[in-house]
Amino acid sequence: MRWFGLPIPAPDERWVLSDISFRVDPGEAIGIAGRNGAGKSTLLKMIAGITRPSAGRIALSGRVAAILELGMGFSGELTGRQNTFHAAGMMGFNQSEIEGALEDITGFAELGAFFDQPIRTYSSGMQMRLAFAVATAFRPDILIVDEALAVGDAYFQHKSMERIRRFQAKGTSLILVSHDKVALQSLCTRAILLDNGQMVRDGTPEAVLDYYNALIAQKKGETITTETLEDGRMRTISGTRQAVIEHAALEDAASKPADTVAVGATVTLVVKARAVEALPSLVLGYAIKDRLGQTFFGTNTAFSGQVIEAPQAGDTATFRITFPVMLGPGTYSIALALSAGESHLDANYEWRDLALMFDVVNLDKPAFDGKMFMPPVITVER
Amino acid sequence: MIPAMRQSFGLRRTWAYRYFVLSSIATELRLRVVGSRLGLVWLVVSPLLQVAMYALVLSTVMRSRLPGVDNRFAYAIYLLAGFLAWYPFTEIVTRCVTLFLDNANALKKIAFPRTVLPLIVLGSAAFNNCVMIAVTAAAFLLMGHVPSWQALWLPVLLLANLALAGGFGLCCGVLNVFIRDVGQLVQIGLQFGFWLTPIVYVIDIIPASYRWVIGLNPMFWVLDNYHRVLVYDQPPDFGKLAAVVALALVLLLLGRFMLRQSQAEMMDTL
Repeated sequence: MRWFGLPIPAPDERWVLSDISFRVDPGEAIGIAGRNGAGKSTLLKMIAGITRPSAGRIALSGRVAAILELGMGFSGELTGRQNTFHAAGMMGFNQSEIEGALEDITGFAELGAFFDQPIRTYSSGMQMRLAFAVATAFRPDILIVDEALAVGDAYFQHKSMERIRRFQAKGTSLILVSHDKVALQSLCTRAILLDNGQMVRDGTPEAVLDYYNALIAQKKGETITTETLEDGRMRTISGTRQAVIEHAALEDAASKPADTVAVGATVTLVVKARAVEALPSLVLGYAIKDRLGQTFFGTNTAFSGQVIEAPQAGDTATFRITFPVMLGPGTYSIALALSAGESHLDANYEWRDLALMFDVVNLDKPAFDGKMFMPPVITVER
Repeated sequence: MIPAMRQSFGLRRTWAYRYFVLSSIATELRLRVVGSRLGLVWLVVSPLLQVAMYALVLSTVMRSRLPGVDNRFAYAIYLLAGFLAWYPFTEIVTRCVTLFLDNANALKKIAFPRTVLPLIVLGSAAFNNCVMIAVTAAAFLLMGHVPSWQALWLPVLLLANLALAGGFGLCCGVLNVFIRDVGQLVQIGLQFGFWLTPIVYVIDIIPASYRWVIGLNPMFWVLDNYHRVLVYDQPPDFGKLAAVVALALVLLLLGRFMLRQSQAEMMDTL
């Protein structure tokens, strides 16, 4: 770094971000995922106008609000009201503007009489609600949120998500950093994955987060590939490929492929695996997930005590897993994993997200709600 | 389409933050008062005690040296006028030197024009000084010293003093982010500055052949005018006043230029 022509010994320089290019339209919401140090925060700071890129350009239109840390600029000795005026002032609003928004802020923060007490007396939940209420009191054109939603209880998360959705409907663009698949999928239509300052993926939140999960589990010698499925979703396959899945199918009681399964019907998951080279052990794991990627059930053959010891190169094994589908109507996917032990973190031979997909429909059961089928016995006495 | 980086600068954007500057000054005061019984009284207690101490210790040595002031409290009056100028200067410089380091967290997390930070310091120091002026005026009256109409120059002198302190502090503050030694140097500089400025002594006690050294000290230009209008009932020395204003403007512009130049690097260094 040179400054006024004076060389100043620079702490070792490195490119935190390079070759990043994306566009967010009004009302669009994009998520940003990446490991620690991938450059997410730096990217947000540049968009927020706190740091400047040393090369490249950021074009924005409208007002930007960034929630990089909840409660920045708050002082414990001041009351909630005083802090509100101070923090909103720091965002560039004047007294009358803040007064106009006061009702909205107190309504969201739900502090009651505490609003006029010093905020050091607040619980952390109360401080968070106030901070979020102030930060979002004025609808910005671009809202930047850095994992702020990961904190707080379910009620707070629900409230803040609700508010963000309302902004979105009015045309606010959202840029959200999060590793929470549910938050990303429910708010964002698109996600970007950063790794070592590079943009490695730009796609649906599901595809990007599957890739991200493969990335954090990735070890030396492992490869990650992705395939686009018929319905446009992305399948991520990672692992060392020392053992591979040759065939996978979901079959009904008559051994016919089952794409659609009735609630409560019994199906069999058939997986044929082959060891590419001699391995210490081989375990098959599977997980049944819903549309949002939440796991409903998962287990493996290590838990069931059926580890295949020392398979030789070329050995194959066929696993048959029969279970009743106690799920509510909806679309589900099955993820498969071949590994050496209980966890794919030991040795991940092959990990395949979205290996199979099936729909569950309610054919013969009384109507019910929810993602699980728990056949009830109801007695009524009168 | 506005390039994001253009937003963080320009006086217009700072002007948009005027409410924040005012409310921050009020907040600072509130934080100082909160939980303390005497509250704002503390603003003046320590300077007054210091004046009293010097008055006690040095008055016998100094009394005969104040020609033209016919008052047995002449030295105390001289001291008060001097401290009235010296206090805001040191307060502003001391705070500005660590300004960006102290606010590193906010600077890294919130996008706001950085020029508001020195403005808050200046405003807060100006308020403190106004309290001090009121107390000094009361003390003058108690000691039987009624300044002439020349004292009306005081606001002009104060503004020039604030500008000088702000400009100098801003330059040091930016430098201190990159070279932390600046903070230490400035502290030592202020200690020496106190004794190189005729605050507790009159310039006449310096041997004539060395007086030019003091004459090079901008704070002497400031102090001399304070003394003229408050103690000696004379109009300010306009040459010195012009010099202070000119130097203040140069330093302010330099500070602003340094702040602009260092924008990106400062964020990386903080």
